[in-house]
Order: sequence, then structure tokens, then C-alpha cells
Amino acid sequence: MHDALETGGVSRRTLMISFGGGATVAAAMTLSPGLSLAGEAEVQAIIDQMAEAAPAEGGVDLDLPEIAENGNTVPVTFTVDAPMTADSYVKTVMVMADGNPQPEVARFHFTPESGTASASTRMRLAGTQGIIAVAQMNDGSTMMGRKLVKVTIGGCGG
Amino acid sequence: MAKIRPRVKAPKKAAMGEIIEIKTLINHAMESGQRKDSSGNPIPRRIINRFDVALNGRQVFSVDLFPSISANPYVAFFLKAEESGDLTFTWHDDDGSVYEETKSIEVA
Amino acid sequence: MNTTRKALGLLAASAGLTAGVAMASDDGTRIHWGPYMVDDKRSGYTYAGAQTRAMQDDDFQNPAFLWLERGADIWETAAGETGQACVDCHGDADEGMAGVGARYPVYFEDWGKMMNVEQRINWCRETQMQAEPFAWESEDLLGITAFVKNQSKGMPVNVSIDGPAQPFWEQGKAFYEQRRGQLDLACTHCHVDHEGTLIRAETLSQGQSNGFPTYRLKWQTLGSLHRRFRGCNRNIRAEPYPYGADEYVNLELYVAWRGNGLPVESPSVRK
Repeated sequence: MHDALETGGVSRRTLMISFGGGATVAAAMTLSPGLSLAGEAEVQAIIDQMAEAAPAEGGVDLDLPEIAENGNTVPVTFTVDAPMTADSYVKTVMVMADGNPQPEVARFHFTPESGTASASTRMRLAGTQGIIAVAQMNDGSTMMGRKLVKVTIGGCGG
Repeated sequence: MAKIRPRVKAPKKAAMGEIIEIKTLINHAMESGQRKDSSGNPIPRRIINRFDVALNGRQVFSVDLFPSISANPYVAFFLKAEESGDLTFTWHDDDGSVYEETKSIEVA
Repeated sequence: MNTTRKALGLLAASAGLTAGVAMASDDGTRIHWGPYMVDDKRSGYTYAGAQTRAMQDDDFQNPAFLWLERGADIWETAAGETGQACVDCHGDADEGMAGVGARYPVYFEDWGKMMNVEQRINWCRETQMQAEPFAWESEDLLGITAFVKNQSKGMPVNVSIDGPAQPFWEQGKAFYEQRRGQLDLACTHCHVDHEGTLIRAETLSQGQSNGFPTYRLKWQTLGSLHRRFRGCNRNIRAEPYPYGADEYVNLELYVAWRGNGLPVESPSVRK
């Protein structure tokens, strides 16, 4: 720190100390995509309520930033690979975040008039966590997509 | 924000069978119920909990929103243009308020 | 993910800064920043992630436009003793206000000092309309400020620092270079010396002001440049100045001058 004073610049160390070190971030960022977070049981309970059998993995594409710049506003788009006809269509898509205080984010209700079972919104994420989207067809069958989103810890600017 | 004002972007015209995108935005704090004020008291939840879209009075799309939805909720979705008429967008607030917006669409 | 891992690894190992990744797009290739980069000046846009940029690129996805519509209403709403609205004197905003957001703050003779857009709006209200001024950071002041500045969108920032403005530019520059707060940091340390490098997981920007008022994801609302100044000051554990303080208006002049030539982006979206 004193060096920095004398040279009129700021050493890397000073800046790091200033903003509280990187250890927490590093720890949070090395989480494996294994989704073993506390909310997983709650997410499972919601899925169990929706479907009798375990949803098929795949068929629900989640478009999410790999790293969210700020957990307050994370854009999410999902697209279900399924026909949207009067006979066979996606009825519901439940989007969940397994690390939030309450895992439900939004439940979308579609009709054959939707044309495609796709929608976008923005959500709050309390930290790095898994996003799960479960789609239910009008015949009751379900499928599921999931993706890990890393949330960087806001650094600058109050 | 004192005055809630919804914004809706939808095409005025569409070809029969075309899949059109509709974007919606409304200013709302989406108070999650998880926060505390400066004296440590919980701030009560107040969110938009439901968004409905109807075409000529028939519900074609809706969303149940939870506190994890960001402030100033944005929802974009699609519709298959098969019928001209009025699209009605309705947002339901926890406090009972209802905010509405209407757009006409001409399908040819 | 690899880039971030690498950056964080370096950061943890050296407790330091490493070259920014902001010049790379998501697939790792260099991208051209077009109007958002002028010579060596880079708008905050160029430091934002792809999703944040997409939110700004689409006026409809940009939540700041909720405030802008409010500003448009205010422009035409009569207020105060005179029963006049902005439009009565200034006409259509797209004509009367074009360029204003690019050249403010300006030297205001009656005050003998600099005046920014927010202050000009409130001066108009108090003096010309005989109406109550809007409070700083109120939805009304943010809305009308964003609306006025948006009329200059795409025009190059072009503040004058000649003549009577010069001493105020000097003061702004001195503020920018002055160490302050418990962390003993000046604006220059982050935004000049270490611009483009990482601080924790964030890339330090040049701290350009061409996008303000801005919708910050962190704030989940529109906010003024002075709010940002206050946040920066608090970060270095310095006492923030009040909104509209001379120190901040002079700083605003200096920061705007640093970005002369960058396009006005108000209202932008930043993380």
C-alpha cells in the first residue's frame, strides 16, 4: 500500500484488498454442475406434483447466460421441442431455480394457438444455481431441461 | 413508480398462420417479501402474480409469476396468427389491482 | 467459463488483475465495437455482457423506456403557476432538445457555475413554470432527464471546456485525480490506470458517462450519474457528496469531456 502511495499508482494488491478479495468468488465459481443444492428436494417435490413418472430429460431447450452479470436480472428463454396442434400441445412449462429461497420462477400456460411453446422473461438468482424447466403436454407426459447459471458477485458501484 | 404503465409490442398485421412474437413489459418493483427495511422489519411481498393474454375474449396464454421474477417484469411469447381482433393483456397485482392493455391485430 | 476460471485463477493466485476479456465475444473472437468505441475511448457498452447489450439494443426490452414514456408525458403536462408545459416553450422535444444531452453540463451565467440537465430541468420548473422542482432520483426527474437526453441519442458527446467552463473543468479534473476515502483511491486508479482489467469478477471500465441515466441491473431501476458517483465514492469508503453538489457537477463535466466523441446512449443498460 505504501509503495502505491509513493509511486502514485495503485498496486494490484491494494485494489484486491479494497474490494474484499476473490476467495468467495472463486469458491462459488468452482461448484460443479452436479446441482446438489439445498433447493433440489423442493424442486423434486414440485416435479412430482406435476408428473407421475420422472420427466424425460431433453426436449426443453434453455437459453441462459453461462455467467450472469448480475443476479437481479437474468434473462431466460426456453423452447420446447413439441408440436402445437389441437391434439397434441405443450400445456404448461414450469421454470424453477433450485438455489432461490422459493424455487418457483414462473409457470407458463400455453394453448395450441401459441404456435410454439417458447417464452422469455427475466429472473432473480440468489447465486450460482441450476435452472430447471419442466414441460407438460396435454396428455400429461413431461420432459425437462436444466442448466447451470453462474452468478458473479456484484463488485462495483453502490 | 407511482403510475403503473404496461408496454406491449405486437405486430398490427400478420399473415394467416404466421407465428408472431409479442413482447410485454410493466413497471413494478416485484417486492419479493424476502427483504427487510432499514429497521430490520420484513417488507411485505407485493408482486404481479398473474399475466393473462386473451384474443377476442378467449384466453390464449398466461403466466403465474413468483417473487423470483425481476423488477419491471418482461414477458415475451408467441402466437399463431389465425384470427383478427383484439388482444387483451392483463396483469394482476398482489394488492388486487389489475392493469390492462389492448392491441388490435389484423390477420390476412 | 474457461476464460472466467482462468481469470479467477490468476486473480486468486496473484490477488491481482489480469487482462480484460471484454474485447472478446462469447465465442472468444474479437468483435468490432462500431460507434461504441472512438479512438481509445470505450463506452460502458463495450464492457457489458452480451445479454446486457441485447437488452439495450432493443428499445422494447430496455426497461428504461418505462421511465422515458413518463418523461414524454411530463414534457406535455402543464405545471406550476404559469400553467405551462415544457412543450409550450421548447416545442417538440425531438427538435428542440436534439443535441442538448450531448453538450451538457454547460456554464450557466446566472449561477456563475456549471449546470447539468437535471438542474436545467428543475431551474425551468422553478423559475419559468413556477412549479415545484422534482426531487433527485425521483421517477419524474429520472424520466424527464432520460427523455431529454434520449433526443440526442447517437449524437457525439460534445461538452465545451473553453472560456468560463475551464476553471470548472480544472476542478473536475482535480477531483478525478484526488485520492479520497479510507481506501485512498482516486477515480484514475480504477478507470485510467487499470481500465480493462478485472476487479474480482468484473472488468473495470473507463467510467464513461454517455449512457446516463442508465438502467442498472443491480439497481433494478433507472439511476442518475450522480447516483453512480455516490456509489463509487462509497466503494472506496469516502463520504459521498449530495446529489447535484458542485463537486459532482464539475466531475460530470470532466467525465463527459473524457468521453467527447462517444455517442449519447441514454438511457443505456448496464450491469
